[in-house]
Amino acid sequence: MGESHSEQEPLTVEQVIANLQQREDLGLRYYAAWWLGKFRVNESAAIDALLAALEDEADRSPDGGYPLRRNAARALGKLDAPRAVPALIGCLDNSDYYVREAAAQSLEELGDTSCTPVLMKLLDGGVAAAQPVPGKPHLVQPYEAVLEALGTLQASEAVPQIQPFLDHPTEKVQYAAARAMYQLSENPVYGERLVQALQEDRLPLRRSALMDLGAIGYLPAAEAIAKTPAENSLKLISLKGLLEHHLESNLLSEKSIEIMNLMDSLL
Amino acid sequence: MTSDQTQQLIRAVEQADSPESLSQAVWALAAARQKAAIPTFIRVLGYNNPGAAVAAVEGLVKLGEAAVPSLLEQIDGYDYGARAWSIRALSQIGDPRALDILTGAAESDFALSVRRTAAKGLGSISWSQLPAEEVSAAQAKALETLLQVCQDSEWIVRYAAVVGLQALAATQLDYKQRVQVHFQQLDKSEPDLTVRARAQMASVQLQQMPVLN
Repeated sequence: MGESHSEQEPLTVEQVIANLQQREDLGLRYYAAWWLGKFRVNESAAIDALLAALEDEADRSPDGGYPLRRNAARALGKLDAPRAVPALIGCLDNSDYYVREAAAQSLEELGDTSCTPVLMKLLDGGVAAAQPVPGKPHLVQPYEAVLEALGTLQASEAVPQIQPFLDHPTEKVQYAAARAMYQLSENPVYGERLVQALQEDRLPLRRSALMDLGAIGYLPAAEAIAKTPAENSLKLISLKGLLEHHLESNLLSEKSIEIMNLMDSLL
Repeated sequence: MTSDQTQQLIRAVEQADSPESLSQAVWALAAARQKAAIPTFIRVLGYNNPGAAVAAVEGLVKLGEAAVPSLLEQIDGYDYGARAWSIRALSQIGDPRALDILTGAAESDFALSVRRTAAKGLGSISWSQLPAEEVSAAQAKALETLLQVCQDSEWIVRYAAVVGLQALAATQLDYKQRVQVHFQQLDKSEPDLTVRARAQMASVQLQQMPVLN
């Protein structure tokens, strides 16, 4: 989301893949990995180069992270590349939190359910183990990404592990759990939990709830989405999510016209 | 309302010390509908405070064409946030003096939020405020722009162009026919499901609606 250039990209796919494969300029490799995902370069050579980048040892951040692996993992999720699944599952026990997070998000996007047992392992120890890492802005595992992936991948066997996270002290983790629980049960209680989150004082929480409601397509939230104080751009994306969940069965129903009228008012 | 009371409301905006109190002060000023508040509203558009900006746009829209000259003069070429809000106000006021700026913004502004709000505004200009001999050229320009904006790279800008075209098509019988043909093409060529749904809605509503004049 956000604002974007309408300028022409001067780079070619071949150049970018070569940039990713060279060893001299780490910045160029990092950018190349992002670029391949951004422009969804779904070529075999691009996927090969990104899979190789998942093994990279050259690009290290001061705290021991793997910046190139993070970008490569994110890009693979955008490429409709089922053969990346085993390597991404391998990333789920990487020492770098952000590599694990990117891998969980990409596995969610790729929609291959073979990763669910490994994702569920990241929830081991439950809410009690889900503590902040001292000195870091994150918890020990990327719980939001893991919970969201389990919901999207329809991992109903994970419900007993997911449910306790509704009471995790971090609101965004609660929302991720509510989102997953809704996807797994379609029980409106969980959709309403996210509608309630639209009333939070803090804008980042309202934004998060907007994205979650769009992702689950919870129709009764339409009015509340249009009214919550947040950027219209995000509200429009959220309403688009509602509309498109609904459109699968019915293109111009009373409900879809109602949602489009709300969208019109936010332009 | 006396001018003293207006000045008091303006001072409350200037002295607000939190995002919430700023929004409240701007809403109070908007409710007063005083032309003296126009420069204050325009300044608020640049504060990067969405709550207050919504209130300032509301205040400017309530004042209507009185706010247009200041908005056109002071439009901020560097701050796209402020510019988006100004164009939003101009779009909602619908004054035809904003036609050139809305056309340029819809076609080629850097920010998609600006392109989308300008595209919607192009459809709902108060054409009757133009001298009769200028109306058809101005509408033709808006039509041409909106047809082009239907090719934008962002779905939400194309969505807004459909909304703009629907409103514009209702002004003339030959526009209505041309736009209907365009919507039929979109149904086949448009990649985004939401935009296709919106074009279908526009098409059905246009069929049911009589041409205004």
